[in-house]
Order: sequence, then C-alpha cells, then structure tokens
Amino acid sequence: MLENYISERLKKKDILLMTHIVMGYPNFDDSMAIVEQMVEAGVDLMELQIPFSEPMADGPVILGANQKALDRGARVERCFEFAEEAAARFDIPFLFMTYYNILFKYGVEKFAARMARIGIKGAIVPDLPPEEGKDYLAAMEREGLAPIHIFSPTTTDRRMAFLSSQTRGFVYCMARKGVTGKETSFSSDLGDYLARCRKMTELPLAVGFGVKDRSDVEFLKGKADIAVVGSQTIRLVDEEGIMAAGRFIKKLM
Amino acid sequence: MSETISDYKLPDSKGYFGNYGGSFVPPELQDVLDEITESYLAIRQDESFIQELAMLNRHFTGRPSPIFHAKNLSEKIGGADIYLKREDLNHTGAHKINHCLGEALLAKKMGKKKLIAETGAGQHGVALATAATIVGLECDIYMGVIDIKKEHPNVIRMKILGANVIPVDRGTQTLKDAVDAAFEAYLEDPVTQLYAIGSVVGPHPFPMMVRDFQKVVGIEAEQQFLEMTGKDPDNLVACVGGGSNAMGLFSAFLEKTDINIYGVEPAGKGFKDGEHAATLSFGKPGTLHGFHSYLLQDEAGEPLPVYSVASGLDYPGVGPQHSLLKDLGRVNYVTANDKEAIDAFFGLSRSDGIIPAIESAHAVAFAAKLAKKEGKGKTILVNLSGRGDKDIDFVIDTYGKEYGL
Repeated sequence: MLENYISERLKKKDILLMTHIVMGYPNFDDSMAIVEQMVEAGVDLMELQIPFSEPMADGPVILGANQKALDRGARVERCFEFAEEAAARFDIPFLFMTYYNILFKYGVEKFAARMARIGIKGAIVPDLPPEEGKDYLAAMEREGLAPIHIFSPTTTDRRMAFLSSQTRGFVYCMARKGVTGKETSFSSDLGDYLARCRKMTELPLAVGFGVKDRSDVEFLKGKADIAVVGSQTIRLVDEEGIMAAGRFIKKLM
Repeated sequence: MSETISDYKLPDSKGYFGNYGGSFVPPELQDVLDEITESYLAIRQDESFIQELAMLNRHFTGRPSPIFHAKNLSEKIGGADIYLKREDLNHTGAHKINHCLGEALLAKKMGKKKLIAETGAGQHGVALATAATIVGLECDIYMGVIDIKKEHPNVIRMKILGANVIPVDRGTQTLKDAVDAAFEAYLEDPVTQLYAIGSVVGPHPFPMMVRDFQKVVGIEAEQQFLEMTGKDPDNLVACVGGGSNAMGLFSAFLEKTDINIYGVEPAGKGFKDGEHAATLSFGKPGTLHGFHSYLLQDEAGEPLPVYSVASGLDYPGVGPQHSLLKDLGRVNYVTANDKEAIDAFFGLSRSDGIIPAIESAHAVAFAAKLAKKEGKGKTILVNLSGRGDKDIDFVIDTYGKEYGL
C-alpha cells in the first residue's frame, strides 16, 4: 500500500520528493532516461502523465509538453507500455496523472485493472471529483490502488474532510490557486493553509505547484510530507537537455 | 423510446441532462462554480434582475426580434412555408447578445468587477464587450494572435467598446490557446472576475444558464408564430455548433411533441475525421472542458480536429442537453456542408434581401431541403441566429467567382 511505503520512507527522511514527467515528451526514449536519472538522484515517488490535449489544471509549460507528446503520437496504449517498463525497472511507486476522458474512453474498470497489473500504485485525475467518479473510486478500491484527490487554498474544511474520505495514499495540496507552473510565494499563508490541511486529513500531504529550489523544499519540511516538482524539470529539460533533470533533483535534496 | 422529455429535469441539481452534463473540473474551480450556481439560482428569481434584463432586451438589443415569412424563398422552393426568427436584427448582429447580457448582469449582481472570455472569430468577444459596457463592467477578451490578424474589424470593435483584447501568442495562436489563457487568468482570480462562457457548454451551471438566457427566443417565437398563423410551426430548424441558438429556440417547444425539431450540424468538406464538426452525427460520449456530452474524439479519447466554413460551428463538443435530446429522439440532428451553406447564404440574400451569417446559413440550407420534402401547407420556423456582415469579405474572396462576383 502506498501509505505504508510513505510512512516507512518518512522514518528515514524529513520530506519525500515526488517528480512528474509527461510520457512521450520529448520522446519515449528520453522520458525513460529522465525517469532513470530522477530515480538515481533519489526521488521517492513519480507521477507519469498520460498526455491529453486539454489539460485544464496545467499551465503553459506542461500543456506545451502534452501537446508536443501528442503531436509525436503518444497515446494511452504506448503510455501503458512505458509505465509497465518503468515500474518493472525502478523500485519506487509510480502514479498516473491524466484527465478523465482518457479513462472514460479506455473503460474505467479496464484502466484500473491494467494499472494494477503493471504495478502502478495510484492516480491523480484532476477533472474527476469524487461525486462524478463513483465507478472510478470503486474500481480503484477493488484493485487496491490509490485515488489521489486535490486540496486547494479555497477548499473549505468540510470539503477537505469529504475529499480525504475518498482518498488513499496521500492528499495532493496545491500551494496556491491557478494552474501549474507559475510563481508561488512560500510564505506564512502557505504555512497556515498546510496546518489546516493537516488538521482535516490523517493522510500524508504532498505539496505541489511552484516548488523549484532547495529553499522551497526546506520550507516544506515539518509542514508537509512530500514536495512535488512538476513544471520546473520540464523547463530545465527544454533549456539544458535531459541530463539537467537529475542534476536539478540532486540539488533539491 | 419509452422515455420522453417530460421524464427529465433539465438539468437535475447536479447539472445533469440525463447522462450528460455534470461538472468535471479541478476542485478549486468547483468552489467557484458552486458560488455561481447558488447566485444564479437566487438572482434569476430576483425581481430587479428580471426587470433589468427585460429592459435591456427590449430597449438595448431591440427585442422582440420579428418573425419574417420568407415568401420569396418559400415560393422558389415550392414547398413548405419558411419563416425566419430574426435574431440577426439584434444589436451586435446575433443571438449571442442574449446570454452575454444575462451573464454580465449576473456578474454585476454577484459583485464581480470584470468579465473574461476567449474569442475565435470575435463574435462572442464583441457581444460580451458590448454587454460589459452597458452593464458597467471591465472586460478582458483573450484572442490568438493569428485570429487577431484575421479578424481585424472585430478586434477594433472590441477596443472601441473599451474591452482589453489580450493577444495569446503561444501554441496554435488561435481559439484553443485563447481558451487556455483565458481559463488560466480566470483561475488566478475567480473572486473579482466571471468567466462568461459563449455557448450552452462547459460545467454546470453554464449549459443551464446560457440556455435560460437564450430561451427568450423560443418564448417570443411561440407567441409570434401563433399570432401570425394561428398555429404552432410544424417544424423548427436551427444550426448547432455548441448549440446556444438552437437551445434557445427549441427549449420553448420541447414538450409539444407533434412539432418536428431539427438541429443542423456542419458537415464541412465531408464526413472524414477532421473535415467536419458534426459532433452529434459522428461523435461518441466523452468528457471535455468540464462536461460530459457527445464528442468528436479518437479511439484513445483525444479530441479530433474539426473544421467548418463557419468558425462559430467548429467545436468538437456540443451542449449536454443536445446529447440528451438526441438520445431521446426528440430532436433530429442532421447536417449541411460548406457548399450547401454558401449556396443558402447567396440564396437567401438574393431571394429575400437578408444576408445570413454562414452559421445560420446551415440552418437555411437544411430548411430548404425540408421544405421540398414537407410540401405545401406545412410550415418551418428557422432560427436565423446572426447576420452575415462579418462574413462578406471571406465569402467574396473564397467563393465570389462561383457566384458571379
């Protein structure tokens, strides 16, 4: 179970690191090389995003990567093959991140069953709130997979408690409003918000949206359990090539 | 089918029209949507809102728009009588102003300062900029830089009206990226801004709200047609892209089941993927842009590219209520292609002196075919959703020669 892995791991480290890649960006070979570097650099979990052309929770950087991966033919079938290989080769939990139509079209139950079969541990589907995702939640439960839901600073306490009850593994806390890949100020407001998240769920907290350097990670220690790095690694790969991903991760820890 | 339209609440409290609609959005946006839904449900019963909107409809837009019996066209075809609901005569030239005024007034009542939207060809942008001005709100319109170059007159209109036209220079630099940019800007500040969706699409409550604001078209038409002819129309026809003008006309008549209703989708250049935007004719259920509905998509669930000569119709999705109406068999969804629409564009211009928008020309094209089939004594009411002034340069450049110009 994902929760057990996280709590075991937290006995050895103050905070865990979760990274994110868009499968097929810049291409599948490079994606695998990036995963390899990240694992070697010591990341604890990883999100594998199945590209979709309308990723409504993502900002320009990840959106652009989605679009380019799609233009080069990255589709769900190839992503499953990629994920299967990654899960077999590397000894960390991998999660899927994608949008609901991908699951819907594939068949939610089939999708969950195949995730379980190839060793993916959970999924983040930002446009599928629990109210709309009863079949999905049932299928994830049956397969022993973790459906991850998202808190944002505007989420009410009541809603947080409800989302938490529908979540396994950990809760994903957006550090701020808006889409991925923009500036976040790691301030006392964020501290207060994370304290509120902590109160509303017993699950580990992952914090994403705007983590880009070591001081951000340091800030989160004690306040959250997992720091999530998303857009920044894509930016670095774009600017400096795929080898930049591993170097960057090492500097964060 | 044993189920009928009266078995459904349209929509239910979660925004579902049967299996379609709903709200598939990230959690932070759900909070905002809940606020809009709650406000809208309260405000739509507020007497001052109702009065103010009615006043604007009448004195600003010029409602009620007339119904015109297109005798010349009808005689030329030699079949059923074609009547036109003249939404083209509205201020700003199309039905879009109906829901833009509603959304603007709602935003004002909610205490918002700014309306925000994307626009492709600029029609929605102009209507929204107009509504924002009269109601007293700021207005940011996101538009791809390619579209800005192509649609110069509408860009100028929006600027004259005092709107901020914000160029979007990433990705395709067209509508799709304008949507993303507008949406991002909205998520940065959903407190002082309201995102004004331009059709009966998107997450709950937008399909309901935009339909409600458009329903004035159907309500007027029912009354006017009765006064003119002493009867209900035998057939209704409207074009369907996202489906707002069609929903506006149809929704007043849905329970009168002896009236045949036709939604006309754009068949573009043909029926191959990427050549048309006939979502209900060729799509399958899917989820995009926050709602569940028919969708043109590939096997993996990726939305397909779409095309129509009418830029107001080329959308891979369609309003969720249309999806239910298709499944129930209450509305027949049919197609007209580019060629038929352009024929109808010139046809109506030259028979009755009305230049229709290319979008609306799709409805006219199908109505002409239907008139022949129905024969004399029957009636067809077409929603002439917009005027064609915006299209004349494009039509002349692209098709002028074929029509002797």
